[in-house]
Amino acid sequence: MTNVKDIRADFPILDCDYVYFDNAATSQRPVQVMDAITKFYKESNANPLRGLYDWSVDATEKYENARHTVAGFIGAEKDSEIIFTRNTTESINLVAYTYGLDNISEGDEIVISVMEHHSNILPWQMVAAKKGAKLIYMEPLEDGTITEEEYKSKITDKTKLVAIGHVSNVMGITNPVKEIAEYAHSKGSVVLVDGAQSAPHMKVDVKDLDADFFAFSGHKLLGPMGIGALYVKNSIMEKMNPFLRGGEMIEYVTRQDATYAELPHKFEAGTVNAAGAVGLEAAINYIENLGFDFIMEREEKLTKMLMEEMKKMPYIKIYGSDDSSKHCGIVTFTMDGVHPHDVSSVLNEDHVCIRAGHHCAQPLMQFIGAGSTVRASLYFYNTEEEVGVFLDKLKGVRKVMGYGA
Amino acid sequence: MELKDLYREIVNEHNLRPSHKGEMANPDLVLRGVNPSCGDDIILQLKLSADGKIEDAMFSGSGCAISQASVDMMADQIIGKTKEEASELSDVFSGMIKGEITDDDELEDKLDEAASLKDISHMPARVKCALLGWRTMKEILENPEKNEKK
Repeated sequence: MTNVKDIRADFPILDCDYVYFDNAATSQRPVQVMDAITKFYKESNANPLRGLYDWSVDATEKYENARHTVAGFIGAEKDSEIIFTRNTTESINLVAYTYGLDNISEGDEIVISVMEHHSNILPWQMVAAKKGAKLIYMEPLEDGTITEEEYKSKITDKTKLVAIGHVSNVMGITNPVKEIAEYAHSKGSVVLVDGAQSAPHMKVDVKDLDADFFAFSGHKLLGPMGIGALYVKNSIMEKMNPFLRGGEMIEYVTRQDATYAELPHKFEAGTVNAAGAVGLEAAINYIENLGFDFIMEREEKLTKMLMEEMKKMPYIKIYGSDDSSKHCGIVTFTMDGVHPHDVSSVLNEDHVCIRAGHHCAQPLMQFIGAGSTVRASLYFYNTEEEVGVFLDKLKGVRKVMGYGA
Repeated sequence: MELKDLYREIVNEHNLRPSHKGEMANPDLVLRGVNPSCGDDIILQLKLSADGKIEDAMFSGSGCAISQASVDMMADQIIGKTKEEASELSDVFSGMIKGEITDDDELEDKLDEAASLKDISHMPARVKCALLGWRTMKEILENPEKNEKK
């Protein structure tokens, strides 16, 4: 049995009296990740994929090993199905600017859900506007569920692409992406899954989901900021045009023309973030070492404790499912009479870090009728004691704001 | 002042029991002010007298306690002032919140109770909230063509 106290010793930033409950925005990093990055720069640093000397060969090997680890982490068949990007946002933009603009035409439909993060909305608004396509929204029930009836009514023969978050960054609900992908494929559509909030918390198998595209960020799963990945099914990537053009993504260049490098390098123009990839690999190793069974058990236990106590506070409204096991560690709420930003500022005075605002999901805020909300999001390194501190401080907020209780 | 004390001693009173919140009958100048990132959303309404003074100021809308209290305190300060004086006060307030004007005597002399929000200058995340009303007022006074009066 892994001990949470031992785990926390790996995270130097947590060694203080702050309670960090903004893990859905970005996680903290263990020393293993920071050490891996430092080690890369100390021992292997050279421009990967270019030089013919030892150091560059070593850097290339480290970078490609990281790709192999990422491929294994999400169940990709081949390493070449993984493109390194900066983050989920860049991954989705890559798909929109290449596959989207090349394959979506006037009158076609793009289906997303109203729960999407802006990074899975704006790229599709762009494609729809440029190509004269229509952007269609699937809407959930109040508990966050997208029903079979709902997705079957929105995905039609006109649908060319379905883009859906695996886990909502506000409701915490896990969407039925496997079922949606199966139905979308039967209608001739491809499917992009935004895995930013799922990859840190559950075992992802892109083959089982049958996703055509799967995007995620390193920084939400213990990795460094500025490295993310995009999985693209090999048969689709082969037909895609490059996104960014420049160094190292070419095969042969003349004055007027160029041929491109083999997959996936065709999609990684310029000097790559090899140290970031190495850091991401260390993060994945850390997570796999703990195991998702342990991670999910910890998160469910803490979320249950958190939600059960919050439900007893009559001035708190929690969004999404009543069932804490369907929240993926994310509890979004409002407090009667107190603006979310005031909740956040008062909690900050008590060294409790939570998020307040629209969480980059304004269409969802409009849909649930909240201008903004407060979000507490947990990860496996959080503790029962921290949940206790959070609840205690939360109870004090209304009093600070001039209410009796 | 610590933030919690600021709420307890100054902000809550103006937020929970504002003196200038509501819809004004026949305003002369109306402008909506929004902080998109936090959802503060006010409609500022000003009534001008024949000699160009601000006869009355009211606001409607919603937002965090700091934005609401700040605009309520602003209304206290600008009623009876000329448009030029009110605009100048906005510069003083903004200078205080941005940490450019730090002289307490000058601030209290010019801004009266609104000077109590000085410590917001140490809270970068809340600067926009405190500035919303003042920024909106200056905008409509200096750009009357933006008037949203129906």
